[in-house]
Amino acid sequence: MELSNWIQLMIGIPLLGFLISLAVPENKETWLSRVAFFTAGINLLSTLVFLVFWILQGGKDLNLKEILLFKNDQFEFLIDFFFDRISAVYLVVGAILTFLVTFYSRYYLHREPGYKRFFNTVLFFYLGFNLTILSGNFETLFVGWEVLGLSSFLLVAFYRKNLLPSRNAIKVFSIYRIGDVGLILAMWASHHLWHANVTFLDLTDAQRVVDQQLGHSGIALFIGLMLLLAAAAKSAQFPFSSWLPRAMEGPTPSSAIFYGSLSVHLGVFLLLRSYPFWENQVLVRILIGAIGLITAIVSTTIARVQTSVKTQIGYASLTQIGIMFLEVAAGLELLALVHFAGNAFLRTYQLLVSPSVVSYLIREQFYGFVPKKKQGGSTWKNRLYLSVYVWSLKEWNLDRFIQGIIFRPLKKLGHRLDFLRYRTLLLYFIPSYGIGVYLLVQGYVLPYWLHQILPLLFAFLALLMVLKSFTERKSVRLAWMMLWMNHFWMVLAIAENENFAGAEIGIYLSGVIFFGALGWALIGWMTQQHGDFGLYEYQGLVRQHPMVAFLFLLAILGLIGFPISPTFIGEDLLFSHIHEDQFVLAFLAALAFVMEGVAAVRIYARLFLGGITKSSSLLHSASSPETNK
Amino acid sequence: MNLHAQGGVMGLEQILHELKHFLPAQAPLKDFVHHNTLHAYQHLPFFQGLKQASDQFGYKGFLSLTEYRSLYREGKIKGAILKKILEDQFGDQANIWLVKLLDESQERYTSPKIGQFRSHWRSDYHFNLDKTIHPFLFRLLSAYLDQGISIWSFPLEAKGFLDSIRQLQLDSYSSIFTSKRVVKLLQDPNLNLEVLLKILVGDPRGYGWYLFDQQFAHPGWSGMVSVLEEQPESLLDSKGITLKDFIMVECLLEINALDKKFGEKWVPLGQKFSYDTRNLFEIELIEELDLVRQCWQEAYEWSYYDEVLAGIRAVAPTEGSISIPSFQALFCIDDRECSTRRHLEYIDPNCATFGTPGFFSVEFYFQPEYGKFYTKSCPAPVTPKFLIKETAKHKKLSSDVHFHQNNHSLVRGWLRAHTLGFWSALRLVGNVLSPSSSALEVSSFNHMDPKGSLTILYRGEEENGLQVGFKVEEMVDRIEGLLRSIGLVERFSPLVYLIGHGASSINNTHYAGYDCGACCGRPGSVNARVAACMANYPEVRVQLKARGIDIPAETQFLGGLHDTTKDELLFFDEEILLEANKKLHLENQEKFVRVLDINSLERSRRFDTLDKNKSIGGLHDAVKKRAFSLFEPRPEYNHATNALCIVSRKSTLKGLFFDRRAFLNSYDYRKDAEGKSLTRILSAAIPVCGGINLEYYFSRMDPDKLGAGTKLPHNVMGLIGVANGADGDLRTGLPYQMVEIHDPIRLLMVVEQVPELVHQVINSVPALLEWVSNTWVHLVVLDPNSGDFLRWVDDKFVVYSPLTTVEHLDHLQDKLLSSQQNLPVYLINSL
Repeated sequence: MELSNWIQLMIGIPLLGFLISLAVPENKETWLSRVAFFTAGINLLSTLVFLVFWILQGGKDLNLKEILLFKNDQFEFLIDFFFDRISAVYLVVGAILTFLVTFYSRYYLHREPGYKRFFNTVLFFYLGFNLTILSGNFETLFVGWEVLGLSSFLLVAFYRKNLLPSRNAIKVFSIYRIGDVGLILAMWASHHLWHANVTFLDLTDAQRVVDQQLGHSGIALFIGLMLLLAAAAKSAQFPFSSWLPRAMEGPTPSSAIFYGSLSVHLGVFLLLRSYPFWENQVLVRILIGAIGLITAIVSTTIARVQTSVKTQIGYASLTQIGIMFLEVAAGLELLALVHFAGNAFLRTYQLLVSPSVVSYLIREQFYGFVPKKKQGGSTWKNRLYLSVYVWSLKEWNLDRFIQGIIFRPLKKLGHRLDFLRYRTLLLYFIPSYGIGVYLLVQGYVLPYWLHQILPLLFAFLALLMVLKSFTERKSVRLAWMMLWMNHFWMVLAIAENENFAGAEIGIYLSGVIFFGALGWALIGWMTQQHGDFGLYEYQGLVRQHPMVAFLFLLAILGLIGFPISPTFIGEDLLFSHIHEDQFVLAFLAALAFVMEGVAAVRIYARLFLGGITKSSSLLHSASSPETNK
Repeated sequence: MNLHAQGGVMGLEQILHELKHFLPAQAPLKDFVHHNTLHAYQHLPFFQGLKQASDQFGYKGFLSLTEYRSLYREGKIKGAILKKILEDQFGDQANIWLVKLLDESQERYTSPKIGQFRSHWRSDYHFNLDKTIHPFLFRLLSAYLDQGISIWSFPLEAKGFLDSIRQLQLDSYSSIFTSKRVVKLLQDPNLNLEVLLKILVGDPRGYGWYLFDQQFAHPGWSGMVSVLEEQPESLLDSKGITLKDFIMVECLLEINALDKKFGEKWVPLGQKFSYDTRNLFEIELIEELDLVRQCWQEAYEWSYYDEVLAGIRAVAPTEGSISIPSFQALFCIDDRECSTRRHLEYIDPNCATFGTPGFFSVEFYFQPEYGKFYTKSCPAPVTPKFLIKETAKHKKLSSDVHFHQNNHSLVRGWLRAHTLGFWSALRLVGNVLSPSSSALEVSSFNHMDPKGSLTILYRGEEENGLQVGFKVEEMVDRIEGLLRSIGLVERFSPLVYLIGHGASSINNTHYAGYDCGACCGRPGSVNARVAACMANYPEVRVQLKARGIDIPAETQFLGGLHDTTKDELLFFDEEILLEANKKLHLENQEKFVRVLDINSLERSRRFDTLDKNKSIGGLHDAVKKRAFSLFEPRPEYNHATNALCIVSRKSTLKGLFFDRRAFLNSYDYRKDAEGKSLTRILSAAIPVCGGINLEYYFSRMDPDKLGAGTKLPHNVMGLIGVANGADGDLRTGLPYQMVEIHDPIRLLMVVEQVPELVHQVINSVPALLEWVSNTWVHLVVLDPNSGDFLRWVDDKFVVYSPLTTVEHLDHLQDKLLSSQQNLPVYLINSL
């Protein structure tokens, strides 16, 4: 058998395990844990067997062309796999840790409400992890990347009745989404650079890469920077670091495997994987190194003042990942891989034993306490130390920084549309969209300058819709409609930009229409049940309507272009119609893409998550059976 | 509480005093001691207290009606009992109420008063104040109090919280406060709370309500501050802090945030919305729904109590044998020893067992070899004057590199990731696939070195105001008190065992709650060893004889420690035994081994994930493994299911199976005509057992607010508490994993003594009277003369006749593994 066909197994086993685990009934703890155990166990075993063969055959890079999802004359969407030593290290570490954590969680989560959800999500995560590290091109990688983002959201919000996990899950998702933009724009630019969908195997041909980049240094630089953005967000590098400690809201083993070890190292993976691409770009290398160094220094100071054991481990892990960025920038691939494996194991173990820290350190203190000497006086040295201490305690205001430069201005923009009401919405939308379509049809007679501006205008309108949805508090239905309409404006913007086929629009809008309608119907049904309650508070409706919550999750995923909906390919298609010199249009489209994800997840979270402080005893009877064993 | 008597506005000092009273009183993790979670309401009758707690704070003190109804359908609430309770309460209206209970009444939710005042920030000022300041406030406080997690500990002398914050603001280039007004306020050395509240609230009538709202937005941290103000010695690395300081810092942060949002000109909250603090404390009227819940709860409780009393009635009276028992063994009254004693008495029917608080009447501080601090080894409220020091030669502490702080630094962390990281992988594989003992474990046997020696006899040494060791008279007093309280004053066996207990666990932040409550949350090994040693001193024997307790010279006392998690037993100082006793001891040890095996078998029935298809030895091994499995959140179930405290002779309970739900305190009414021993026993047993019981009760009833919720996402903060995630409040109460199998019912005290004497004893101690007459525990007296049960109702005794009968079992083991649920009371013939 061809060795590369084994790769399918690494995807197939987690996929199968995940699907089986979905089908197991909620109350069958043993079945659920066995499915997870065997999935991870068999996968670990097959990985090891595969590795032996691979090494015996010389450890050559493997490529496997899998499924062609879409093709026209200038664009193809291909699922493709690639395997080299980078994949090998990530695959083995991932398999070992997932196996250990499923085994561990089998007992640890015993009797926990959400036992099934936990194992579903872990297997889903594992699937996404393997997809990402075995991907052979950016499109496949992006599928895995999205799966990882979603499973992270679900695991941070595992205790979905509580406020803080729900809030922090949105925070994590938002940062991930910013990283996604980097990836999308990198894909967009690389499409224009290569005029084909490049695979990672192509990148190993150094001469070809150099040839391509020659004369396109601007766009090559852009790709490098976007990849760095994606990697930095995923690996919580400066200035995105503050999401990592806040992600530690789930059960300890999930925090260990996600934020201690696997998930957080994927930024490093992305850089290693795309190394041939930016290898010759000094500026990118310097930036990667600089970001790594700043992260390492900043997070080691933050780690030093942490008083909670999990956040301390999180920031300590981050320090090491910063150094890994440095190593990658310096071209020390092997060192970075060893560093990754060591750090992943170390942090997983530390997190898993973190509750023991109390008895251990207190015992140590009991037998060896020496009171620390405190500095006094107000020498400049002392002042500086105090300042660094306070800044570290404030996490160097990174959280406020991200909020301040990204989300707050967007919110302000969104509030511009505050005059809109659900009932009068169509009065604005139909005429304005009509004009838009009319302008499109009349395109040929319009003056050139207007023709140039219209796509930008429409894309901006689309973005405004998203931002309004993001800031809307009074009406769920309005928020949803705005989210829905954004896609129509976006299609119009691209159609105005470049003629593209009805089939492509069809692919894009079919998902939008279907999932948009599904979400709209679900909101309508719930509004009937409870009235239009707005989005002021976290409602926690998942307790009353778990099935609706699940369907609504599907609806938002479909609408925001998660790989269950044709919109996913459509979005990629859409970008392929943005010209390589239209950075502003690409930027607007990308921003709309980020914010539609954040807005949609926010609607989901506010409707279904949280809510423990409100009406908890009213809903108590609905959730009591599990507590009464 | 005399809030109403005041008439006018409450003074700030009084408000602070009340706040401290209501905040959770849970000490740092290492000193965890069980107590009544709602101690603030103990001056009220139990149900009135629950009503107040619910209306003021939204605390749940009952199950949901759905849960009661399903308990009724399952037969766990018995129809006959329910009927009787309704008849007693409502007379001929009973049937109407039955319909209400079973069918008509609907759950209703009203939002609590707490938080309403401050919620206007959000609803009317459109400002989420808590979201803005809580994370930083918690970080600041946690950094200040931290006991050793952070590498850079708090950089200033921790003399006072406000002073330190002030100094941080003034002596650094960074700023905690940015509002000019706040910075100015901070620099004022005469800054007081009144000034701050004037800015925030404006109206003095609302100050109290505002502060309650503010502090109860994070009861965990505030409670910790309040506890540390009262008992600063709980922190090894001492930190000076007061609740007032903490509140002032919080108020400053609030003003700072508001100034930054609105500029310095915003209207104080109290001037827009008028709230009067006195309304927060108004006595609430009991409504129909409350009565429905009360009746359900009482019916739930008496459904079990009735079985217990029926069981006691069914015990055939035995003539106390006159022969000397094969050996005598004193255990702690702990409910976990209830089964150990039962097994022992069936395996050796000639032995005699006793129950007494596990510090064996010797109170002292203990300082182990190399220990830098003293640990208290007696009930928490007692303040001992004695110190016992350990000398041990080759003591070594095992360590684990994973906790070393170098892991978190930059360069050394880099080295460690490359080296230690791979070691971690092996350790993890090892510990997950085959759990074994490690440095991470808390083991009760490590509390004291059995090979070391203790300074028990006073040799003229004093240390830090404590007397090192005991004088002979002091020893005699304690041993006499111990023996008299349990009625062991004659017919001594050659061997008398004193067996303390402790627990072992790993990855368990609440480990202190698993050890002996009578030893202040530590294993009882030192106390057992010290008491045994005292009783063996010839001079002590001489003086005891003079006081009427004649212990034969060949009788020897032997201390031991029972590890309740692993079911292992270790004896101390065995080398002192006489030849003849050594032989007897060897025989007895075999019996103990069998007892421990059967005990672990009985415990294993509760462990859901444990495979029961094993030999008894295999089961015992599997049970032991739970103590050092990283992934096991339930190493043992501790006090879960506790429901009874029985103060009587063992013969009164002969053959009764209480399913490890009873605290058993030995007491012979015939040897205590004046009630001296009874006063001592009840003064300890009611608060201690009642406190344990109510902590379980409330943690089970309201796991979100009164319990600590599930322990799986817990994150250790500063070594003093746990929080959910990174920014949460400290969680107080017990984790859900500890209480999930607990049936939330109050404690039933059964006392075997003449009712008049019991009445007199209870009335002589005001604290006991409060517990009993407000029914935070139930009290039933077994009159030894008539055999009647007398229930304490409204400060009088009322005869109670059990309605049910108990089943008689030939073999307990036929039933034992049949169910994980609580088993009914059985009368058993053999194990």
